[in-house]
Amino acid sequence: MRVPISWLREFVDIPLDVTHEQIHAALVKVGFEEEDVHGFELSGPIVVGQVLEFTPEPQSNGKTINWCQVDVGDTEPRGIVCGAHNFSVGDKVVVSLPGAVLPGPFPIAARKTYGHVSDGMMASARELGMGEEHDGILLLSSLGLDPVVGTEAVPLLGLDDFAVEINVTPDRGYAFSIRGIAREYSHSTGATFRDPALAPTPVAGTGFAVTVDDVAPIRGRVGATVFVTRVVRGIDASRPTPPWMIARLGLAGIRSISLTVDITNYVMLELGQPTHAYDLDKLSGGIVVRRAIAGETLTTLDDRSRNLSTEDLLITDGSGPIGLAGVMGGASTEIDPASTNVLVEAANFDPTSIARTARRHKLPSEASRRFERGVDPAVAEVAAARVVELLVELGAGTAESLGSVFDDSTARTPIALPDGYIAGLIGAQFSADEITGALTDIGCLVDAAADGLSVTPPSWRPDLTDRATLAEEVARIVGYDRIPSVLPVAPPGRGLTREQRLRRSASASLASAGLTEVLAYPFLNQASNDLFGSPIAGTIPAVKLANAIDSEAAWLRTSLLPGLVTVARRNLSRGLTDLAIFEVGTVFLPESGRSYGSDALPAGNAYPLPEVLDELRGSIPAQPWHVAALFVGDAVAKQPGQPSIQRGLSDAISTAQHLAAVLASPLTVVTGTHQAMHPGRTAELRSGDRVVGYAGELLPSLAAELDLPRVVAVLELDLDALIELGAEQIAPTPIVSYPAATQDLTLVVPEAVRAGELLAVLVEGAGELLENVALVDDYRGAGIPDGSKSLTFALRFRATDRTLTAAEATEAKTAAVALATTMMGAVLRE
Amino acid sequence: MPESTPITASAVAEVVDAALAAVAAATSMSELRAARAEHAGDSSPLARLNGSLKSIDPADRAAAGKLVGQARARVGQAFAPREAELAVAEESQRLADEAMDVTAVASRWNAGARHPLSLLMERMSDVFIAMGWEIGDGPELENEWFNFDALNMDEDHPARSEQDTFFVDPIDSHLVLRTQTSPVQIRSLLARELPVYVVSPGKVFRKDELDATHTPVFHQIEGIAIDKGLTMANLRGTLEHLARAMFGEDAQIRLRPNYFPFTEPSAEMDVWQPNAKGGARWVEWGGCGMVNSNVLRAAGVDPDVYQGFAFGMGIERTLQFRNDMNDMRDMVEGDIRFSQQFGMVV
Repeated sequence: MRVPISWLREFVDIPLDVTHEQIHAALVKVGFEEEDVHGFELSGPIVVGQVLEFTPEPQSNGKTINWCQVDVGDTEPRGIVCGAHNFSVGDKVVVSLPGAVLPGPFPIAARKTYGHVSDGMMASARELGMGEEHDGILLLSSLGLDPVVGTEAVPLLGLDDFAVEINVTPDRGYAFSIRGIAREYSHSTGATFRDPALAPTPVAGTGFAVTVDDVAPIRGRVGATVFVTRVVRGIDASRPTPPWMIARLGLAGIRSISLTVDITNYVMLELGQPTHAYDLDKLSGGIVVRRAIAGETLTTLDDRSRNLSTEDLLITDGSGPIGLAGVMGGASTEIDPASTNVLVEAANFDPTSIARTARRHKLPSEASRRFERGVDPAVAEVAAARVVELLVELGAGTAESLGSVFDDSTARTPIALPDGYIAGLIGAQFSADEITGALTDIGCLVDAAADGLSVTPPSWRPDLTDRATLAEEVARIVGYDRIPSVLPVAPPGRGLTREQRLRRSASASLASAGLTEVLAYPFLNQASNDLFGSPIAGTIPAVKLANAIDSEAAWLRTSLLPGLVTVARRNLSRGLTDLAIFEVGTVFLPESGRSYGSDALPAGNAYPLPEVLDELRGSIPAQPWHVAALFVGDAVAKQPGQPSIQRGLSDAISTAQHLAAVLASPLTVVTGTHQAMHPGRTAELRSGDRVVGYAGELLPSLAAELDLPRVVAVLELDLDALIELGAEQIAPTPIVSYPAATQDLTLVVPEAVRAGELLAVLVEGAGELLENVALVDDYRGAGIPDGSKSLTFALRFRATDRTLTAAEATEAKTAAVALATTMMGAVLRE
Repeated sequence: MPESTPITASAVAEVVDAALAAVAAATSMSELRAARAEHAGDSSPLARLNGSLKSIDPADRAAAGKLVGQARARVGQAFAPREAELAVAEESQRLADEAMDVTAVASRWNAGARHPLSLLMERMSDVFIAMGWEIGDGPELENEWFNFDALNMDEDHPARSEQDTFFVDPIDSHLVLRTQTSPVQIRSLLARELPVYVVSPGKVFRKDELDATHTPVFHQIEGIAIDKGLTMANLRGTLEHLARAMFGEDAQIRLRPNYFPFTEPSAEMDVWQPNAKGGARWVEWGGCGMVNSNVLRAAGVDPDVYQGFAFGMGIERTLQFRNDMNDMRDMVEGDIRFSQQFGMVV
């Protein structure tokens, strides 16, 4: 909402030298956020001039300029070059003299042009910031003005005003008016407020037929509760809109169109009541307010034909629809330059109905914005009378007694405000005078009741519905600064849950291990989900958005890896070649063949039945936390005395093992396959029998397709599962301090044997004396048969109750070899 | 049997002098070992003198034996100090040889980093954990009832338009990407015993194109406290405590009247940031208020017995003004240079 200060001043006392900062500060205090300030940005000598004579001078570029002599009140006329041709000798115009600055900023100086020194400029309306009009220079006679030559033009045209722009919250429709803001300014500063809606009660017109026939009220509310009409005839269509009105409308952000339309807009801004003017001569018969019929169309003022919905509320006459109620008028009854007889409408429409229509037709208008937020039902008659008054005063029209007043609005009911309630909610003490004073100031009727007050809100405050809303008003008017600061004592808490703690540990451990956390968007295309969300090819279930920003990326992620790929590509494109990145985030995993969501929703202001709540809770797909990582480039860069170590499969797998160790969760690495991964470099990650993730290198052809280097190692784990399957409480085995016996063991096995599986067999065969075993070498070549490999393990034995002898260790080792021979064809290499 | 050298004092002294000279002359452990072999070994002159003792006249043997014994002791004792001296010298030479350019040693570790938004959420959560509050979790893909209806935003609330909210296809399935972490407030009230003191940090979604000040995916932290007798003064106290924890002991909170469907009264919250770059200032931080009785009813809480407050603030915005960042895109693009400036600190 933009508020011209000269206008505000009509209804509330404001110091003459007020600054926009002061106005903003006053309004912020009562809950209106500061947005902006608007002015005309004119300075320097800008005066009324009169054209004494001019000579048209054709130029070599084909243009004709006028060399003018203009009287600006000095002893000598000024010579001014002008490109416009819409003036005659004797016309009074606005002259900006050297030293003036017009909006732009556009400084004016005496300058040589077309063979003359132009000693100033005759300005157009647009150059003065008064509108878009640029058909030549501004002739003051067109505004109905005939001032003395030399008069300061800025105050004459109302261009010395400025407007503050504030944000009005959606609950305060009344503040979309100068009337409402003046009232609030008075609340903030204590200045005297003069309510323009308290003007003498207008004489209601009669005889114009208006019927409200709403067969399908929305949410039980009839579309129109007030409908006032008045007729004005004989308006002089040639009358201009006065400059002060153009200036105020302009500051408020509304373009001047014609006197009649300008007046309806002016009254809307002043009182908050949208008003409409129909060309009476284009109307056929009385008005019926009704819902649209299926298939009906209406051409609105913007000349667009609109297909109407049966929810749209219409203004109709004998010819059919003539307006989209509260949103936009129709073209067929539009005021045109020849219109002289006018029907004025000031109505009150249901906010929901108007909001839906404005949204449906993508037609947010000044009127619909106000109706959506609620217009004072008591102001319609005043507004209609004000339009009539201005049409008579400025348009020389004649007010008629023809008109109508339909008023079906309901009176406000009182709200009980028990003693002590406000202090108990706000936590501050307010005196009885403060409470009554604040509520009275905002327009409430306050009566004493048995155990407190009975408060009837004013017609313009539909937001005041219960005692809490009254408490807010009292706190707001007295000032939120009154509220003290008291830290409440919560009951003892249990800290983070196990899942929350371990998710933090997972992220912290990955960062400690040299990975950098990223947070990718969860929006993917279907192909990425299908490729990364499942180890085998095929379409997998995924959640699709109905209104994604990018229709290509309309699916919610089933895997974190595509996001990491995108981030990796961005980093690589910026010359960062060595990456180890991770994300801990949720994925969205609908089950195949299940539908999600609710057909209908329970009411919002009541506790749903338990089964309804269960249904609501069960209406969404599983959204487990995953952890994923991606590695590319070097793990260790090439340095003096140190060759580079490239990232690869081992980064992915050791990161998985690192995470499992940090989370005390068992994890087994076995050979696996995944459609997005290298067939020979993929590990399936298991916890017991459950597959909890994959680690591997991207399929090189896929990496090439994604513009990534050939070797990209990736890892994704179901973090929820890892946490769930981990040890909830660790029961450590006691640490034994008897000496260990270490032995090496070399076995020759067929190349196809997996070292990890052989190691598992050794563990089983060696029995409980084996404390630790590690693969230390894998040799193939001279001395080893083709198709075989030689694997060397380092074994560490220890007994829990004695010092182990070498013989006992050897015995255990022999047992291990025996099992390895039986199960995997291993041959001991001496 | 070879002719033995007569054991005279001068002969013994000569042998001893030669041995001591050799020890003193050794400049390395290997030279010292050679000297030991030559002058104290089995075939050294001293050993030979010792060997010849048994062949001399028994009457002279005691005196000669004493002479040789003293000589062997003197020579033997000479080695240890020299050996220690040489060991020290050799070790210091070795240390000198092992010296490296510490400004250019091979690096083994890459520095990793948390995302500052994650760190900030954890840090703010910890302020509440320390006061006994707990952390509530909830789904990002949410039923509209939890995201809107239960929060007193009826079916015609403008935020429920497709312009602002991401809807799941089909729209009439009533599933949305949560536009705020407030649905966790409802879930917490439904799942927990009263009183409830819970904060919920997390990801939220709104249909904004990415630019310097907007991102369709961002983060919030919200809090709700429902108990008997909680007031707006408690709200201010809580926010002030949080502000001090985040911005220093001189931070203050200012409340300005505002409107939110889920609170009444509602307030916009500004924080006085004493250490802001360019001078102390008020910064808009978030929204708050006393929980609307309709919200309590939806969650099965009797508003005549319990009341409380709720508040919420954007994590991106907090990071932006707290750490003086202009462009939000740095937070969402995943350029590792951004997060790596933070390490594990925010």
